[in-house]
Amino acid sequence: MVRVITTRLADPRYYQVAVLSSLLVYGVAALDFGVTWLSALVIVTTALATQWAAGRLVDLPRFDPLSALITSLSLTLLLRTDSLVIAGLAAVLAIGSKFVIRIDGKHVFNPANLAIVTLMLATDHAWLSSGQWGSATLLAFGFACAGFLVLTKARRAETTIAFLVTFAGLLFARAVWLGDPLAIPLHQLKSGALLLFAFFMISDPKTTPDHAFGRALYGTLVAVAGYGIQFVLYEPHGPITALVFLAPLVPVIDRFFTGCRYAWTKPQPERTRFDKGVVT
Amino acid sequence: MKTLLAIGVALATFALGATAQAFCGFYVAKADSNLFNEASQVVLVRDDDRTVITMANDFEGDVEDFAMVIPVPTFIERGQINVADRALIEHLDAYTAPRLVEYFDPDPCAVYEKDRIMMMQSEMPAAADAEAARRGRAKSLGVTIEASYAVGEYDILILSAEESDGLITWLTENDYRIPRGAERVVGSYLRQDMRFFVAKVNLDRHETEGYSYLRPIQVAYESNKFMLPIRLGTLNAKGTQELYVYALTRSGRVETTNYRTVKLPSDVDVPEFVQGEFADFYRAMFERQTASNDNRAVFLEYAWDMAWCDPCAADPLSAEELRRLGVFWLNRQDERTRIAPSPAQDVFVTRLHVRYDSEHFPEDLVFQETGDRQNFQGRYVIRHPFEGPATCDISAYEEQVRERQDREAQQLANLTGWDIDDIRGKIRFAGGEPPVEEPWWKRLWD
Repeated sequence: MVRVITTRLADPRYYQVAVLSSLLVYGVAALDFGVTWLSALVIVTTALATQWAAGRLVDLPRFDPLSALITSLSLTLLLRTDSLVIAGLAAVLAIGSKFVIRIDGKHVFNPANLAIVTLMLATDHAWLSSGQWGSATLLAFGFACAGFLVLTKARRAETTIAFLVTFAGLLFARAVWLGDPLAIPLHQLKSGALLLFAFFMISDPKTTPDHAFGRALYGTLVAVAGYGIQFVLYEPHGPITALVFLAPLVPVIDRFFTGCRYAWTKPQPERTRFDKGVVT
Repeated sequence: MKTLLAIGVALATFALGATAQAFCGFYVAKADSNLFNEASQVVLVRDDDRTVITMANDFEGDVEDFAMVIPVPTFIERGQINVADRALIEHLDAYTAPRLVEYFDPDPCAVYEKDRIMMMQSEMPAAADAEAARRGRAKSLGVTIEASYAVGEYDILILSAEESDGLITWLTENDYRIPRGAERVVGSYLRQDMRFFVAKVNLDRHETEGYSYLRPIQVAYESNKFMLPIRLGTLNAKGTQELYVYALTRSGRVETTNYRTVKLPSDVDVPEFVQGEFADFYRAMFERQTASNDNRAVFLEYAWDMAWCDPCAADPLSAEELRRLGVFWLNRQDERTRIAPSPAQDVFVTRLHVRYDSEHFPEDLVFQETGDRQNFQGRYVIRHPFEGPATCDISAYEEQVRERQDREAQQLANLTGWDIDDIRGKIRFAGGEPPVEEPWWKRLWD
């Protein structure tokens, strides 16, 4: 019993589910931020069903709903759509991609990220409302994110830290170059959507490089590309779009920097590059 | 009496019609006139990377003193500039304005009577050598006059510059009054490769054109930037500025990506007397909503398919009007329909209202078009109690009405922050008396 509890505490996904669910409840109830309970329900059930069905198809030893739940919560928090079909499709795309697009036993794309950007680029019925969190929620976000770092003992946090440091650095550098007041980059950083992305999407240990240096490099590259998309090309949602385009780099980075493959609940991850891995 | 009337109209205009005092750029004056730069009206027509912006102004000073300076993302050719009819924006403003709706209670003694709906439209307001010398001086300051056009009553220059200092010096030398602190902002725009669009009124042509007011300026351009530069506007503002953005798009609602877009409270029942104070009501409500969102929100006041409306504060704009506002994707055959939804118009309108200053809105507004076609309108409802002769005992009905009136008073107080006792004092409660609050134990043993 004690062991079960310890194992659960060691699995940061429980914390993630708790934080994301609280954000969802707050967002829907207090912020009226454009998500309905019905679309949340469609996304969650479709994601879990897809995970279960795909798991049966590839003979996974057990049904693990946690990751699918996190993916569906991320989708619900970020994706805006006027169609339940798109909501369901997003869940299928996200979970399906974990099983279909794999290199070296790892899935390539962050599931929610791939689904959101694909649907956003392909249809008029999916979009992101990155401004909707407002700055009043920032403190809560800050605590949630800090909590995540503490809980994971900043394990594998290199991607998040490298991303945030680089992105913030670029925003401040831009402000200095333009002669803008620092209130502008500060305002740009005070974004709930950005923190959600940095702590709960790009941090996904399953789709980031195995080696610490690789992860730092990857976080930096996403920040640079995201900045480019948003402030050079003037397209919205730079970082989240950049992540999809840079995800295929992860297997390449892994070839150069060999490291420990991540497992959610194993305290001592085995050192391997080509294990089959469990799809989580 | 005349003065009083003028003030009344001004308030109504301010609150409901949002008739602009200025627009998102800032006014610069040749003389030190006391210019007021407080509200702006901008129509943004957008599809893909094509934008047509129409900036209305209700400039009421000496036209000689009028000038505007706005940053634009690309070089602008003569054919990309136009002057529009002010009535177009007035119509769009009226069509999208928050509205008061009234219902009349049926005779409580009759078996039934059809509800009668009446729409109260929210009181809508509803010489070659000199030129060479000028270019020479500009060049020495690092300023390039990329083009100079005469459009309608305006003389327009497209300026680019290496440094903001040079541009500011040039503008000052050419009698533009530039607010303090403009250098940094101008410099920032220049580094972002933006040009400056500078317009002044040509007095001769203004006289020949025969308009008593200045017509809105329209600019069409192609750029990925879907934004509105508001930073210059905060420099010479007295306190906060008021901005109305009317976005006309194809796929759906427009929202800001770098600030929260919040729906204005809507579909609320309010006491009858609000009918006579709708302007005050709207202003107080907007002020309270702004404050409760930490002065950092952009408010959605209307989002609707342009083909219809319900109830209509004004008719939808005709295809011809929309084309004149720059809706470039409309075919000439399109005809408007009303009430019945029709895909013919293919235009979705979003009305955003923002009160901003540099502290709470440090960055320019950045927009995105969403796929959301859900209709939304600022709509407030008054319900008139039945006032005809009673042919039966209506005490139960009156009690119901009193409870409803008290609820309405509470809602009004919540929306506006007005004192609940003042509100109650203005309500004509059914049966003459306000509802008496029952002691908590009254129905305990029922």
